[in-house]
Order: sequence, then C-alpha cells, then structure tokens
Amino acid sequence: MTESAWPDRLFETIKRADIRQVGYVPDAGHARLIERCKADPAIRDVVLTTEEEGIALSAGAWLGGQRAILLMQSSGVGNCINMLSLTRICRFPLVMFVTMRGEWEEFNPWQVPMGSIVRPSLELCEADVKRVTRADDVVPTAQAAFQKAYGSDSIVAVLLAQELIGRKQWTK
Amino acid sequence: MDQVKDHATDEAMLERRAAIAALLARRPDDLLVVPGLGSTTYDLASLGDDERNFYLWGAMGGAAMIGLGLALARPDRRVAVITGDGEMLMGIGSLATIALQAPKNLAVIVFDNRHYGETGMQESHTARAVDLPAVARGCGFSCAFDVADARGLSDLAAQLTGFSELFFARVRIAANEPPRVLPLRDGVELKKRFRRAIGAG
Repeated sequence: MTESAWPDRLFETIKRADIRQVGYVPDAGHARLIERCKADPAIRDVVLTTEEEGIALSAGAWLGGQRAILLMQSSGVGNCINMLSLTRICRFPLVMFVTMRGEWEEFNPWQVPMGSIVRPSLELCEADVKRVTRADDVVPTAQAAFQKAYGSDSIVAVLLAQELIGRKQWTK
Repeated sequence: MDQVKDHATDEAMLERRAAIAALLARRPDDLLVVPGLGSTTYDLASLGDDERNFYLWGAMGGAAMIGLGLALARPDRRVAVITGDGEMLMGIGSLATIALQAPKNLAVIVFDNRHYGETGMQESHTARAVDLPAVARGCGFSCAFDVADARGLSDLAAQLTGFSELFFARVRIAANEPPRVLPLRDGVELKKRFRRAIGAG
C-alpha cells in the first residue's frame, strides 16, 4: 500500500459505518480524510473552534439518531477531558481518531507534554485506546473501534501514530 | 433595544420562570429543548417533565453544540437550546461553529441574568462588557434578537412555534433564584427516553 492510501481506506470504513457527522479541528495528518469528508454530500463536516465542542456535537447527533466521529490532533485530547463526562455519564457511543504528535521524529518540543499523556488521559476517561503504527492496521482497527463503541455504548480512541503519519516538514 | 448595558433595575426585568413559561406556552410537538446545566435546566423542569427535553447536569459549555448535533441529525424537528450566560460564555466559540453550519432548525436562546447563579451570584462577563447578541452577529448569525420585555418575549414565543432560519436570542432576565425544580438526573435514562420520544432508537 502506498503512503497516501490509508486515509482513503479509512474514509471508506467511515462510510461503511454510516457516519453522518464528522467534527474536527484541522490537523495535517487528517488533511486527506477531511478533504474526503467535505466532498461527500452524505457527511456533514463540522469544523470546530476547540475539540470539546465535538464531544457535545457527537452526543447531540446520537440523540437524534445519527453517528458522529471526531478527528483531532493529540494536543486536542486535553481539551476534551471534562466534556467527556457527558459521554460517560450518559453512555454515548463515541469514536475519536487522534493523530499523534510529540512521540516520534518530533521537531517541536512543545508537542511532547500533551502527546506523552494522551493514552493515560483517555484511559482515565474510560476510553478504549487503540494505537496504530502500520498503514495495513488502520482499517481493521477502525472497524473494531466502531463495533466496540456502537456495540457497547462506549468510547474508543484510535491513535494514529507519528510513525504512520510521517515527519512534519518545517522548512519548505 | 440593542444598546449595551443599561441601568434597568432587576424589578423592571423579566422573571426567569415567567419567561420560560411564556416561551414554551405553545410548544409545538416537533420542538426539542436542550437547556444548560443549572438554572435553565430547573426553569425547563418547572414547566413539568417532558421526554423531549434533554436536561443537563454538567457538560458546561456544551449545550449549544449538543443542539447543533441534534439539529443536523433531525432536520424534520426544531431544536431550541435555552441556556444561561455563564454556560454560553464557556462555549462561546461554539457560536462560530454553529453560524458556519447555519442549520435552519436551530435556535440558541440565552437567559442572561449577568451572573453565575449556581455558585453564589458572582458577576459574569455580560454584567460588565460582553454583549451576547453582538458576539453572535460577529460570529456570523444573521439573526440575533435582544429581548428585554414582555412584548419581545411574546414575539420570541411566536418565533419558536415555527422558525425556518437559525437565530440567536438573548433574553434579559432578573438575577433572582426561584426555588429549584430538579428533574431526572440519570443520564442514560435521559438519553434513552429522548431517543425513544423522537423515534431515534
């Protein structure tokens, strides 16, 4: 598989899972997936000012009978912590796709403090955290995440590792 | 009508329980209501329980975004978020997010008493400077109403029975604390009964 193929395959997986709303704070690692979502008339793409908005958006979507996912960078996970109380206390199903920063070939050290506590933070919020480092594992992991979240009304976070996304280019 | 802070006394201002009663006196079947945590949840509960209400006991700053997700999911219904100034301020960026989506079936209404009522009536930002309808307009809302009297309230109530554009409304209310009316707190049950009531599962 080519390096650019996994976001397209992830998009097809999202379609098969009948996801109708996609909330996101833009991230370079999600750029292709966001582009695909924006181009699909059956998906409502909702650009957020901060990630916790997406937690509430997703709850509202589910109350209305639709499935929503969230796309964010690892720095956004910290913004979600209190709002995840809503998801937990009401047992809303939720799948988040988190592109990792600060863990591998990271140029910007300011990404490290949050990047290093993403997993324990999410686990404290009762999320099942699944980490993907190889392109071939993206689709099966996403499928498992949807099955678990919607099958057991729970939170699943899929961490897309920095090895998978590649090093951010700082100079052009 | 649209001036920044005036010196109206609380005695001259709308009372919150009378205001919610007036707004929802002719609540249509298709109107779903999401209140914010604290006083607006109690205000809504004071009208009697309704499975089309999704009461919040937490998630501060999230009421408007819950309303957005719901409105986008259910274009066949109308959604009114009725929250307080403190709750709206915590999620103030959501006004920008909502204005971009502009669902025709969503109303964001803020009961503005200029105070954090739940925590000891400390002044909020709206007591000094922040003008919420101006913020909403600045975020891209093309309709942002300012309601300060019985007539304005009556117009807003009429609007709620059948609006077809996204709008924001600030309702200026007195900073009083009527006796609390506490609705169901079980989040799972609130979710399930709401979904059942609107045929979502």
